[in-house]
Amino acid sequence: MAIIVVEVMLKPEILDPQGQAVASALPRLGFTFAKSVRQGKRFEIEVDGEPTEAQIAEVEKAAHTLLSNPVIENFLVRVEK
Amino acid sequence: MALDTVKHAQENPDAVQPYKELGLKDDEYESIKEILGRRPTSSELAMYSVMWSEHCSYKSSKIHLKQFGEKAVKSEALLVGIGENAGVVDVGQGYAVTFKIESHNHPSYIEPYQGAATGVGGIVRDILTMGARPIAIMDPLRFGDPENPDTRRVLPGIVSGIGGYGNCLGLPNIGGEVVFDDTYQGNPLVNALCVGVMKHADIKLATAHGVGNLVVLFGAKTGGDGIGGVSVLASETFSDSSSKKPTKRPAVQVGDPFAEKVLIECSLEIFAEDLVVGIQDLGGAGLSCATSELASAGSGGMDIRLETVPLRDPSLSPEEILMSESQERMCAIVEPSKLKRFMQICRKWDVTATVIGEVTTGTRLNITFNGELIVDVPPRTVAHDGPVYNRPISVPKYLDTLKPVDVPLPSTGVEIKAAILKLMSAPNMADKTWVTNQYDRYVQGNTVLSQPEDSGVIRIDTQTNLGVAISTDANARWSYLNPYEGAKLALLESCRNIATNGAKPLAVTNCLNFGSPEDPEVMWQFSETVRGLADACLELGLPVTGGNVSFYNQTGSVAILPTPVIGVLGVVEDVTKRTPMGIKPGQEIYVIGNVDDNFSGSEWAHIHGKQIGDRSPVADLDMEKRLVLMLLEGQPIFEAAHDISNGGFAASISEMVLRTNVGATITLEGNVAAELLAETPGRVVIAINESNTNAIVTLAGKYQIPVKNVGVTGGDSLTINDGALSIDELRGAHTGVLEALFG
Repeated sequence: MAIIVVEVMLKPEILDPQGQAVASALPRLGFTFAKSVRQGKRFEIEVDGEPTEAQIAEVEKAAHTLLSNPVIENFLVRVEK
Repeated sequence: MALDTVKHAQENPDAVQPYKELGLKDDEYESIKEILGRRPTSSELAMYSVMWSEHCSYKSSKIHLKQFGEKAVKSEALLVGIGENAGVVDVGQGYAVTFKIESHNHPSYIEPYQGAATGVGGIVRDILTMGARPIAIMDPLRFGDPENPDTRRVLPGIVSGIGGYGNCLGLPNIGGEVVFDDTYQGNPLVNALCVGVMKHADIKLATAHGVGNLVVLFGAKTGGDGIGGVSVLASETFSDSSSKKPTKRPAVQVGDPFAEKVLIECSLEIFAEDLVVGIQDLGGAGLSCATSELASAGSGGMDIRLETVPLRDPSLSPEEILMSESQERMCAIVEPSKLKRFMQICRKWDVTATVIGEVTTGTRLNITFNGELIVDVPPRTVAHDGPVYNRPISVPKYLDTLKPVDVPLPSTGVEIKAAILKLMSAPNMADKTWVTNQYDRYVQGNTVLSQPEDSGVIRIDTQTNLGVAISTDANARWSYLNPYEGAKLALLESCRNIATNGAKPLAVTNCLNFGSPEDPEVMWQFSETVRGLADACLELGLPVTGGNVSFYNQTGSVAILPTPVIGVLGVVEDVTKRTPMGIKPGQEIYVIGNVDDNFSGSEWAHIHGKQIGDRSPVADLDMEKRLVLMLLEGQPIFEAAHDISNGGFAASISEMVLRTNVGATITLEGNVAAELLAETPGRVVIAINESNTNAIVTLAGKYQIPVKNVGVTGGDSLTINDGALSIDELRGAHTGVLEALFG
């Protein structure tokens, strides 16, 4: 069994209000390490057996149409064992 | 790329510049060179290109829009007129109200959620900029075929974007429209209206006076949002032409409503302590617009140090900083002695504020970047003296091929019942609760009436119960048949809507949505619309306080229906006495006004093969003026009132019945189909107690407007002649339609 992971992030130029809110909350709690924070989302898609290239291509298609908003977001598809 | 300084531009006069890609025409580029006496630097080119775009310069519409000034009556209520961020009107008791409507059509098509959200954010900042506290918003929306998959992409995103942003701001959304027509496929219309309230003394203007005063940028940091959005999005094409950098900059702005909420409170505290000389929000064209407009409205001189602008993305070039449309930013002119307090307030609200320049003695706007002069322009040439086009107009050929409406005309009870069910379940007529439930309509506790009532009514003083009512209306199909009459009729409907609830019309705003101004037939529609609206405003004695023009709403050669959305604001002296639309048992129902048998442009024609017909109704301004007065005088005896418009009497009485779950028994005589379904303007349904029968007849006689008793309220069905429809059956047809399509 393997998991196909899709990570979706706002494009670097796009404003990320949630990430900014986290970035400004960190120092209030004593964490001073962050220069900036960007927040995204992660999908874990379970498949039977070793994922085929065709399956990954399908997932990429799904990522483009449903899991991400390609106008403002980028995504990355990878396999986790 | 090396910095293109003024010096560099003088030394390299022949450098090739991408002015065409930025949307400038050859002759426009030449006139920039003429103004400057040299080629523009790339930063200057960026500024001129955005400020001379159709969206910012109104270059195709200006020549027509000046009628609003020329034909205007002197209105004592008007405190600030066209030209500022929004007009301001006196509503009595020392209060002033500012309101305006704007379009965010193109961005909302590309990215529905963020496009609609930032549309709300932009209009709210316009209202805030006048010194007012925003108190309510409204959103007239138009979409393509509800069955089209793209509508399913666009509509839910737009509705949730409006809700998301407005709800986070804590602003009630008190009305608007949702209309479907195939011509909006690929060109949805997202118009956003905001209303704000202040005391007379608190009015702020966008001007930069006083040499030595400081230019302060406050709010969000500047990022690469919407670069070129103004010139590209609102221009001929959607293709990305801001190709000055290899990295693709997004033309989409992302809104942050919480940042805006903080900015509102911070600004209002700054205004309350009278710390600014002038103020301007940053919307389309960002800093280019704010600096040039502030300087142009003041003495003219301003120095800006661009490297001091706080950046979210440090890789931005000076050109991009000037063009960025990052949201939630404001620009203030502050006297040096007040700066300390200004900054204290900004710190309190955790709002970034930076002095980026000052007002100077000269008449030039000078912008430097790390000490190098990159912009040296007369600000008026950027902000106000853009190109003006008198574009060719021609009467559209389609007007010769219009066909009369051919629709079934119900007469028997069975036919009437079927007609009502068919009408009330059509997407245009169906219950819009699925949309309005996503908006907070009651936050702040001052909402008196909101959708589905005729207008939104909001209380502005909790002691005296003074309130304002606003309605937005357009009948694009009538405008298509006759844009002159269509504009008048939209204005009249809007006036009638607020008068129906008990408000006296006071001022007008408009959002004129059209196809390409380069199409002479579209330009004819536009010029006729403006002429009609200006004539009607003159006749009714109402000032136009501002508005917005949105061109290029077309896919290929197919333009949208001409859609002038007209907003009218009125005063309700005591909101507790407003007339709602819901009926109670035992009341007498009257119809005010006469009907004719013209079905052109009606919903009944639309749901029969999307017919549009051949002739618009003709606006009867004199009668409508009397009608408004009659409605206002009749308030004490009206128990309920509802305008007759889309869907005719059938829709109005159905909505009244559904509003309070009280049935009605109606008898229609004469041309039953027309009485039921025609949308003849100037008609209102009212309900009164039987004891006021004489009073209504007297009132009608005084204003010379016909009234007739058509039935009584009560029971649990809507019965028209011998067609009886249970309330449950009617509700079943009317509700759930949008959920099924978009939920």
